[in-house]
Amino acid sequence: MNKTEKGRVSRRRLLNWVALLSTAVALPARAWAAVTRPDTAFGATALDQALMALGETPTRHEGVIFTTPDIAENGAVVPIRVEVDQTVLPNVSKVYVLVEMNPNPLAAVFDIASGTEVYIETRVKVAQTGDLYAVVESDGQLFMASRETKVTLGGCGG
Amino acid sequence: MAGRIKIRAQKKGEMTEVKALMRHPMETGMRKDQAGESIPAHFITDVAVLHGDQTVMQAHWGAAVSANPFLGVRFQGGQAGDAVRVVWTDNQGGTGEGETTIR
Repeated sequence: MNKTEKGRVSRRRLLNWVALLSTAVALPARAWAAVTRPDTAFGATALDQALMALGETPTRHEGVIFTTPDIAENGAVVPIRVEVDQTVLPNVSKVYVLVEMNPNPLAAVFDIASGTEVYIETRVKVAQTGDLYAVVESDGQLFMASRETKVTLGGCGG
Repeated sequence: MAGRIKIRAQKKGEMTEVKALMRHPMETGMRKDQAGESIPAHFITDVAVLHGDQTVMQAHWGAAVSANPFLGVRFQGGQAGDAVRVVWTDNQGGTGEGETTIR
């Protein structure tokens, strides 16, 4: 009897330790916790496939301001900028960047904290001349803007 | 392999603009080396920008983000002297981190 009692106590203590440890581990990881990676969309090998994986077909919207170069001399480094005019398109929570002609069109997803600016600048690889898409999610609906970028030198060469 | 991040945060009116430059090869896994062996994929998969302990932006990246990635974001608020941090992890378990104060 005594033995079982002891066993129980130590098991409880062990459980407490496990609980404590997992909190400690979870804390630094909190930054990632909010959103899971859209693996299907990242794995898609064609633009419509990738868009389909995001949900509905996005509607064009003038509130999505997408800036890309008309001509990129080096497809490996193409600067892009996505902004949203929040007076006409509020509550944007996500920004997707897609490159039509890439082996995997979806390049990046950005999750925007609510009540802040939607403004993202980065650089992407563009395999060859084609359209670039900025798709944003606002209140569960998808809106987009697209621009053609001509590439003189591909982004996936050796 | 912990990578350092060059990072700058600047107050612009009501907003704070963060610019970060990460060192990373961003290999797609589709290229081959001179011997014809394919170079394994090695790219940043997750990036987060934190203002104090608040996440202002969190991103998932694919291999199509350029090598030595640049990231610029803006968020509402922020005071001069506040800490801003950018962290990343890659598909091989590598991590990188950079911190600065808003000026």
